[in-house]
Amino acid sequence: MARTPTTHDPFNAVAEPKRRQVLEALGVQELSVNAIVELLGWSQPSVSKHLGVLKQVGLVEERRVGRQRMYRVNAERLKPIYEWVAPFERIWSERFDRLDAVLQKMKKEQ
Amino acid sequence: MSAKNKTTITAEPGKQELFITREFDAPRELVFKAHTDPNLFAQWIGPRGLTTTLEAFEPVSGGKWRFTQKDKDGNEFGFHGVFHEVSPERMIQTFEFDGLPESGHVTLETMTLEELPNGRTSLTAQSVFQTVSDRDGMVQAGMEHGVNEGYERLDEILTKM
Repeated sequence: MARTPTTHDPFNAVAEPKRRQVLEALGVQELSVNAIVELLGWSQPSVSKHLGVLKQVGLVEERRVGRQRMYRVNAERLKPIYEWVAPFERIWSERFDRLDAVLQKMKKEQ
Repeated sequence: MSAKNKTTITAEPGKQELFITREFDAPRELVFKAHTDPNLFAQWIGPRGLTTTLEAFEPVSGGKWRFTQKDKDGNEFGFHGVFHEVSPERMIQTFEFDGLPESGHVTLETMTLEELPNGRTSLTAQSVFQTVSDRDGMVQAGMEHGVNEGYERLDEILTKM
């Protein structure tokens, strides 16, 4: 399989589902590799590999605390990815909010 | 009432598909009915400020659908497709926007409705486009529309001030 150029483009980096799981695991907290290993139940080399790619594209930031390395999401870098799909998401969100209203009416009429 | 249900769009880079997921505080038969009863469907499908007219709506296998949406300046946008499978568990249909410069950019849409505890329902819709650029074009169109709608809302706020 051809290797995708993941190391420069955050869009490519998040195309890999496992890397999205790492981002989701991090969420808004700062975690050590071991904490992520525990959360996801993957091997340490696997977590480190994905963290490495995320760090290279700037989606994740690393900080040394004593002998540990702590990782957190760089929201600024994640923003363009979110912004690309956000308006489309809003159209569907509004559509489904209207569907909610229709469903509530239907429930009352039952 | 539970907390607001969130609509999630997943569009992975370089892929021809996108996913839409959402949960509803209503049992599956009602969510399904809202998708197959023309009067109910017309109430929620259209974007804000556009009037939706169903010209054909036959939610059975092999049935066709066509609707137009008209804005306040009289501009019309048409959409059409064919129902392939229609059941409370799964609906499969094609989708095409009539307003593109060339015809044939058809999307295959599969919607599944899953029953959740407490009379709730989980909806997952997958859209498969013919090319990655078709998909990205659709998301991009959403961006233009979303921006316009944003301005509309700003107008509303400004007139109230």
